[in-house]
Amino acid sequence: MKRFLILIMFGLIPLSAIAAGDAVSGLLAGYKAEGAGNFSAERGKTMWNEQHAQADGKVSCASCHGADLTKAGEHMKTGKLIEPMAPSVNPERLTDPAKVEKWFLRNCKSTLGCECTAQEKGDFLAYIQTN
Amino acid sequence: MNGKKIFGSLLMAGCLTVAISGIAYSEDDDERGERGAYARTSDVPPVTNKQYATECGSCHFAYQPGWLPERSWRKLMGSLNDHFGENAELSDATREQLTNYLVGHAADVLPNRMSRRILSALKADEAPLRISELGFMRREHREIPRRMVQDNPKVGSLSSCQACHTQAAGGFFNEGGINIPGYGRYED
Repeated sequence: MKRFLILIMFGLIPLSAIAAGDAVSGLLAGYKAEGAGNFSAERGKTMWNEQHAQADGKVSCASCHGADLTKAGEHMKTGKLIEPMAPSVNPERLTDPAKVEKWFLRNCKSTLGCECTAQEKGDFLAYIQTN
Repeated sequence: MNGKKIFGSLLMAGCLTVAISGIAYSEDDDERGERGAYARTSDVPPVTNKQYATECGSCHFAYQPGWLPERSWRKLMGSLNDHFGENAELSDATREQLTNYLVGHAADVLPNRMSRRILSALKADEAPLRISELGFMRREHREIPRRMVQDNPKVGSLSSCQACHTQAAGGFFNEGGINIPGYGRYED
């Protein structure tokens, strides 16, 4: 029984990784169809930490999520805990395409001041996925 | 001791009891608004909608719908693209579902002892959006010094209910459940 449980546990890890990979590759394919390509984790990382002037001062993705994606963040206004973005420590991340798009829409508008382009979204995903 | 004296003391004791309980009674009445009309289960009915708890609770405390009247919730849900300076847009379907839930449980739709007091501090056409700035809220917290809330890094604002009200998620905001970070229990 114990061995069986261990087998299941080990079985679940690659399963969730596949789920995240599937959702991301689907999203990236969509961005490519919009003309984007050559997604770069490096560019994604730079944009993640880029400061943008908003009503409440300078903000970046890291303002709420933190610069270390494997650690939990804190909402800059409400103080609410935000679970880590890195799929390596939070396997639920990047598994639901609708959720990913919802937060891109909200957070790009709030932080960058406008919707992200397909290229930007692809670069962000590439960066988050490497964590 | 003669009979008259005993009778006198008993009468005096009786009067005092009635007078004291009268004071306690009226305080209770004031505190609970409409005495006995609503069960003392919780201050505001807790959130029962999972979707609301997930969608709204991922950024902030999932405020119970009973904190605001219907007109406020409609205004708030109609301006999610500028939600206190942030974008909190939802798909049309989700927005509609959540609006229905909020409106159906709003302070003026599902009244309880707390929502009655919230509403009585509002003008009929007033549609406040910030729960933390309700007249009721300011009055309830008027004795709390800034150092415990606004200047307390673990709290920051009256909008962080759960920072001090340990049972806020269940709709309980009474004094017994208060634990102010860095200060501990608080009693009036």
